Parts: sequence; C-alpha cells; structure tokens
Amino acid sequence: MSEFASGTLSAKNIHLSFGSNHVLRGIDLHVPQGTTASVIGPSGSGKSTLLRVMNRLIEPDQGDILLDGRSVLKDNPDELRRRIGMVFQQFNLFPHKTVEENISLALRKLRKLSKEEARSQALEQLDLVGLKHKAESRPANLSGGQQQRVAIARALAMKPEVMFFDEATSALDPELVKGVLSLMADLAKGGMTMVVVTHEMGFSRNVSDTVTFMDAGVVVESGPPEQIFTAPRTDRLQGFLSDVL
Amino acid sequence: MDILKQLADTFLDWKAMGEVIPKMFAVGLPNTLVLAIISGIIGTALGMLLALMGISRNAAARWIARVYTDILRGLPPVLTILVIGFGFGPIVREFTGSTSPYPMAVAALSLMSGAYIGEIFRSGIQSVDKGQLEASRALGFGYGASMRLVVVPQGIRRVLPALVNQFIALIKESSLVFLLGLLASEREIFQIGKDAAATTGNLSPYVAAAVFYLALTIPLTHFVNWIDARLRTGRPEKKEPDEAAAVVGKGAQA
Repeated sequence: MSEFASGTLSAKNIHLSFGSNHVLRGIDLHVPQGTTASVIGPSGSGKSTLLRVMNRLIEPDQGDILLDGRSVLKDNPDELRRRIGMVFQQFNLFPHKTVEENISLALRKLRKLSKEEARSQALEQLDLVGLKHKAESRPANLSGGQQQRVAIARALAMKPEVMFFDEATSALDPELVKGVLSLMADLAKGGMTMVVVTHEMGFSRNVSDTVTFMDAGVVVESGPPEQIFTAPRTDRLQGFLSDVL
Repeated sequence: MDILKQLADTFLDWKAMGEVIPKMFAVGLPNTLVLAIISGIIGTALGMLLALMGISRNAAARWIARVYTDILRGLPPVLTILVIGFGFGPIVREFTGSTSPYPMAVAALSLMSGAYIGEIFRSGIQSVDKGQLEASRALGFGYGASMRLVVVPQGIRRVLPALVNQFIALIKESSLVFLLGLLASEREIFQIGKDAAATTGNLSPYVAAAVFYLALTIPLTHFVNWIDARLRTGRPEKKEPDEAAAVVGKGAQA
C-alpha cells in the first residue's frame, strides 16, 4: 500500500578521505524499499558525510552505491540527485524566492513543467505539509519549523524514490521539533524509503526499521531499534546511549 | 568686503554660468550619461565574467581573472585612460577608419570598472551560504544552473549598494576622458566647464559642472542608502505563530 514509487538503496564498503583525514572507513548500509534507516552517533562520526556520499554531493574514494540493485556511480550525478530528496539541518531554502517558487523552481527547470502546472503541484505539496497559506511568503518570514516543512515539500515535489534527512530537527526550537518529526513519521508510514541522520532517539526508536550506530567513520553496530536501544552489544554504543538518553 | 566680492566674482559669475549651462544640458550631460551608462553595462558584464572566473574550479581561469583584476585595479585611472586611448586608438583607427577617441574612452572606463565590479560580485557570490549551492545540487541542478538560478542572484542582491557606489565612481571618472581630446559634440560635463573656464578666465563654469555632477551622484548615494536599509530590514511582513495550528503528522505517536 505504498504511496511512493520508492526504491532500495545500498552503500557498499564506502571509503572517503579529506586529505589525511579518513572520514569514512568502509561503510555498509542497506535500506530496503519502503523502510526507514536511522543513523545515529556522536558529532564528527561521518553520518552527514555518508548521506552526501550516497547522493554523490561528495564522490567516494572507494565503494559502490546501488539504487534498486544497480550501481549509480557511473550515472550523471545530477540525474541521481533528482531521484533522492534531501532535507538539511539549516533548511537551505532559497531566500530570494517565495515559498511556492522554492518548490516550483526544480519542477519548471528540471521536470520542464509549465509555470502553471509547476505552481499547482507546488501548492499541492504545500497543502500536504499544512502551509498552503504561506505560498507567497518569503522563507525569512517563516518560523524554523515552517521552513523545514517547506524544505520537505520542496524535496517531495520532485517525487523522489528515497528521502535523506540530515539532522532535520537539530536547528529547531524545541517546541517546533514535533511538527517536523511527525511529518517525517507520516512519510515513513506512507512507504517512503528514508535515511535519517538524527539526534532524536525517540524518532529513531519508534519510527525507523533499522538503526545504524556510527563512530569515527565506521558502523559500530546496526540492527532493529529494540536491539540497538535495549540490548546494545558494544561498549561504544552503550556509552553513547548513556550520554544521550 | 573685497575678498568676498572677489570670490563671488570668481565662482558665482551668473553670466558666465548662464552661458555654459545650456551647453551642459544639450551636450555635456548626454555625453556624461552615455559614457557612464555604456561603460557601466559593459563593466558589469565583464565584472560578472571575472567574478565567475575568479571562483571557477579551473586554475587558469582563476589566474587570468586575478592578474587582470590586480593590474586594472592597481593603476591610476588617468594612466589607464591615456594608455588605452592613445595606445590602442591608432590600432582601432587602422581597422575601422574611425578617428574618434570616444569608443576608446568607453573601452578604458569599461575595463577599469570591470575589475572593480568583478571583485564586488566575487565577494557577494562567495558570501552566499554554501548550503544554498548544496541544496540546489541536491535537487538535481548542475553547477552552472545552481549558480545562475540560486547563488549568483543572491550574491548580486547583497552587493547592490557597492555596485551603485561603483556607478557613482564611474560617473566621476568619466570626466577624465577629456585627456583624449574629444570632438566638440563629444564633450562631457567636465570638459565643457573646463573649456568655458579657460576662455572666460572665470571659474564659475566649474561650479556649474559641479552642480551637474552632484545632481547625478547625490540621488544615487541616497538610493544606495535606501537599498542598504531595505536589504537589512527586508520588506515588513507579519509573522504568525501557527506551528500548532497546522494539522500535520498523525504519525507522531507511532
């Protein structure tokens, strides 16, 4: 009963260095179609970098990325990124455009829709995140939570097969976090394939199908949320959980 | 008071001024505007090219932009105008048959302002948050489209005040083209004042020229201030705390 034409995403043995700094040291991550994988871990563990490698904002030094079982490393990276929506910690809405234009820009220029068609699809997406009445506002006049919901609508408008969330609620005031998390939970329930880098342990535990704990560029432990949160096997994960919970 | 009278005679000789003002309106003002506007347009286009080269991933493009900017920005305007006007004038004459120094004046002003405007644009573009490029690329836009649609428009907006300042400088620098010896019909505000002052032995035509320049530059200065204030505060719009009002996310308690 999937609402989305979502796909299966896998990263295999990803390595990445910035100079002498070995940021990712052989990461494997498998996200079956329609499931939500959350990635947790301390700051600097490489979680956000992993997301950027998986949609090739950063090219890996080694390893492979598979979408629906097929390697995407030889494809045009721009076309790959049209299939993967991404939501950022700092929202990154385009401040010089209205909310509606933020969403319709890619529809017009990349999907080649007419201005009217792009606008009506943008308004439809805005309606889904409860912000249709803000279509003509500028992002700067929206609260952080509203901006992040617009950013989610912008990504969804491209009808992605996978959604990435990079600490999507970390920059929000506490009272605004819930609205964004519940929208993400709705997407997960609707059958979207999602990779969620998060510090929200409640979300990770309650919504995701698998939890991956990363530290210092490696996957330390990975499994279903009950196992990760109630029966952590490694000292590092136990230490991390006792720090954050 | 002899001194006051002497000063008034020197600077505020209404008759000398009255004679020169019609000519300033008819010839000087249009020429100053044409010089400043055409060089402003060419300089802006050149500046954008230099800015994009300056932040390009191509080292050769960056190097060319850097060297060009360092040289044109580092020379006194009077030297650049003389060198380009007298140095390249004969070459242009050979190819086009035109003896007018006017195009060389426009070229010199454009090349100079391009160097300054290039630095203005570059600083503006580089001040745009990296997340903007990242978000645009994440949507599937290529580097060029991301720059054109997302990054550059924001960068330009931020440096509009500096850009208008550069246009003010250009209006003033256009006075230096008198060095190239323009034809009577090509003379701009300053030279008309200068010629009249030379023939009458009275400085009032310079005062008239000054008034013309200030009439152009002061409104632009205030325009800069207005843009600046507008950019800082933005258009006022009412915020509403409707986080709770929007009904989204029935899955929150999953």
